[in-house]
Amino acid sequence: MNAIITYPLIFQAIVSIVLLFLWQNVKAQRMVSIIGSAIGLSISVVLFNQVWQKGTIAIQMGNWEAPFGITLVADTFAVTMVVLAHIVAMAVSLFSTKGIVASRVKFGYFPIMHLMIMGLSGAFLTGDIFNLYVWFEVIIISSFVLLTIGGKKAQIEGAVKYFTLNMLASIIFLTAIALLYGTTGTLNMAELATIIPEIEDRGLVKIIALIFFLAFGVKAGVFPMYVWLPAAYHTPPAAVSSLFGGLLTKLGVYAIIRVFTMVFPVGLFTYEWIGIVGVLTILSGALGAFVQKDIVKVFSYLIICHIGFMIAGFSIGTQLALTGVLFYMFHDIIVKSNLFLVSGVLHRITGSTKLASMGGIMENKTTLAILFAIPLFSLVGIPPLSGFWPKISLFGGAIVSQKWYVLAALIFGSFMTLLVVAKVWLAVFSKPLPVGSPKKLFKYFDDFNPSEKRILVIPILLLAIVSLYFGLFAEHIQQLSARIADELINNQTYIETVFRK
Amino acid sequence: MKSVILKTASTYLLPLLLLFSVFVLLRGHYLPGGGFIGGLVASIAFVLHAFANGLQNTRFMLRIHPGFLIPIGLSLALIAGIAPMLIDGSPFLTGLWFPNPIPVIGMIGSALFFDIGVFLVVIGVSLTIIFTISESA
Repeated sequence: MNAIITYPLIFQAIVSIVLLFLWQNVKAQRMVSIIGSAIGLSISVVLFNQVWQKGTIAIQMGNWEAPFGITLVADTFAVTMVVLAHIVAMAVSLFSTKGIVASRVKFGYFPIMHLMIMGLSGAFLTGDIFNLYVWFEVIIISSFVLLTIGGKKAQIEGAVKYFTLNMLASIIFLTAIALLYGTTGTLNMAELATIIPEIEDRGLVKIIALIFFLAFGVKAGVFPMYVWLPAAYHTPPAAVSSLFGGLLTKLGVYAIIRVFTMVFPVGLFTYEWIGIVGVLTILSGALGAFVQKDIVKVFSYLIICHIGFMIAGFSIGTQLALTGVLFYMFHDIIVKSNLFLVSGVLHRITGSTKLASMGGIMENKTTLAILFAIPLFSLVGIPPLSGFWPKISLFGGAIVSQKWYVLAALIFGSFMTLLVVAKVWLAVFSKPLPVGSPKKLFKYFDDFNPSEKRILVIPILLLAIVSLYFGLFAEHIQQLSARIADELINNQTYIETVFRK
Repeated sequence: MKSVILKTASTYLLPLLLLFSVFVLLRGHYLPGGGFIGGLVASIAFVLHAFANGLQNTRFMLRIHPGFLIPIGLSLALIAGIAPMLIDGSPFLTGLWFPNPIPVIGMIGSALFFDIGVFLVVIGVSLTIIFTISESA
C-alpha cells in the first residue's frame, strides 16, 4: 500500500477545507485545528514507521509512469522531516488557540496554517523538481497571509521585504529549472541523477547548480541573502514566527541537501564555495545575534548562524559530516520553534520583547524559567542536551577532512551562541524586572486564567520533551541520521524505487 | 455607474457570459480553456452586473457570500482526486472515465469534476477580492 505517502497531504487539505467551512466560528476552528494536527501527526508517524521498517517507497501521481508523471518518494529523510513538521504543527496549533486573537482567526489563520503544513509535507515528499517549485509556491502564498494577518505597520514592512526577496528566489529557481530541463529533458530527480553525470558540458551543469544554490540560499537565509529574515520574523505573532523559524528556513536547507546529493552529487563538484558561504553565514548570524537588543531579533539571527552550521557542515561532503548536519537540522527545527514560542510567553509575562525592559523570570516564575532553560541550553549544546551530539559528528567530519576553516567557524559559532544565550539569560531571567508602568490594553500572562496559562505552556513542554528525547536518546537520532546520510550518498535504492513498476 | 446602456446590456450579457464560461470550462480538457479561465469569465459576468446595478443588487442576486464557494470548490476538486483511490485503489488524481460519451458535453471523467472545483474556487476568490475592495473604496 504505497498510497499512504499521499495521506499526510490529503489529510491536511481536508482539515483546511473543514476549517474554511467554519470560517466565522472561532471556537470550532480551534478545536478542529488541534484534533486535525493530532491526527495528522499520527498519520505521519505511521508513514515514518512503514518507511523505517520496509525502506523507501514511491507512488506515481495520476498513475503516470515516471519520469513522465510526478513521483512522490518517501525515503527516510523525507518522512523524518514530515514527522518533525507535524510535531511543530501540533505545538503551534495548540499555542495558537490562545496565542492568536479571535480577529486574526476570522481572517483565516487556521486554514492557511494547515495549507502551509500540507505544502511543507509535499515539498519534503516530492521526487520531482518542478513539483518542488509548486510546493514552494504553496508555502510562500500561505506564509504571506500568515505574515500579514493583523495588518500592523511593522508587519507589512517586514512582509514587503520577505515578499520581494522570496519572489526573486522563486524566479531564480524557475530559471534554474528551465535551464536544467533544456539541458537534460527531464525534471524527475531520480532520472536527473542518472543523466547529469553523462552530460559533457560540465561548465553549464556547474552554472545550473550555482543558480539552484542561489534560489535555495535565499529561502534558507544564507549569507548574503539573509536580510529579509530578521526583518520579517519579529513582526508576526509568536506562533507564526515559531512555524517560520522552525520550518521554513530548514526547507531551504532540505532542498539544498536533496538537490546537491541527488542531482549534483559530491564527486562531480567541489564544494569549496558552499563552505565559504556557510562560514560567512555563521559569522554574520553570530555577530548579528550578539548586537541585537530585541529577543525575537536575537533568535532570528541565531537561526542564520545555525543555518550556517548546516551549510558549512554540508560543504565538507563526507558521510560523517552529513550525519552531523542532519542531526543538527532535526534538533534545530524543534529547538528554534520552541524558542519562538518561549519568546511569545515571555512577551506576555513582561509586556515587552526588548531585552532591556524584560527580566525577573527566575524570581517570579521559577518553574517556567527552568522549562524555558531547556530549549535555550539545548541550543548552546550543553551535554547531554540535544545540541551537543550533532556537533561531535560535525567537528569530527571537519577534522577528518581537514577543513580547518570550517572547524574554526563552527567553534566560533558555538562560542558565540553560548555568549548570546548567556546574555539573554542574564537580561531576561536573572536580572530583576525593571520598574515601569504596566501597559494598558495588553493582556499580561497573569491575567490569563489557569487553563489558558496551561495551554500556552503545554506546547513548550511538548517541544522541550522532544528535544530532551533527542538529547538523552541521542543514539536513536544518530542511527536515524546515519541511515539517511547513507541513503542520500548511495542513492541507487531511491532511483530503483522510483522506476519500479 | 449610472448608464442606461450598460444597465440594459448587462441584463443580456450576464446569462451570455455565464453560458460562455461553462463552454470554456467544458472545452478545457483537450483545447485551450478550463476551470481557471472559465471561472474568471464567470466572475467578470458578476463584476459587470455589479458595475451596472450596484454592488448591493449583485450581492442580493448571488444570495450566498462568494467566499463560500471556495471550500465547496476545494472539496469538489479534492473528492475528484480521492475518488480513484476509493474506487479501484489507483494513486491520487488518476483519471477515471465513464465508458460512453454524453451528447453535447462529451466524455465525462474525474478531471471534469476537478475542473469544476477550480471553476468554483476561482469565482469565489476573485469575487471576494473584488467585492471587498470595492466596498472599502
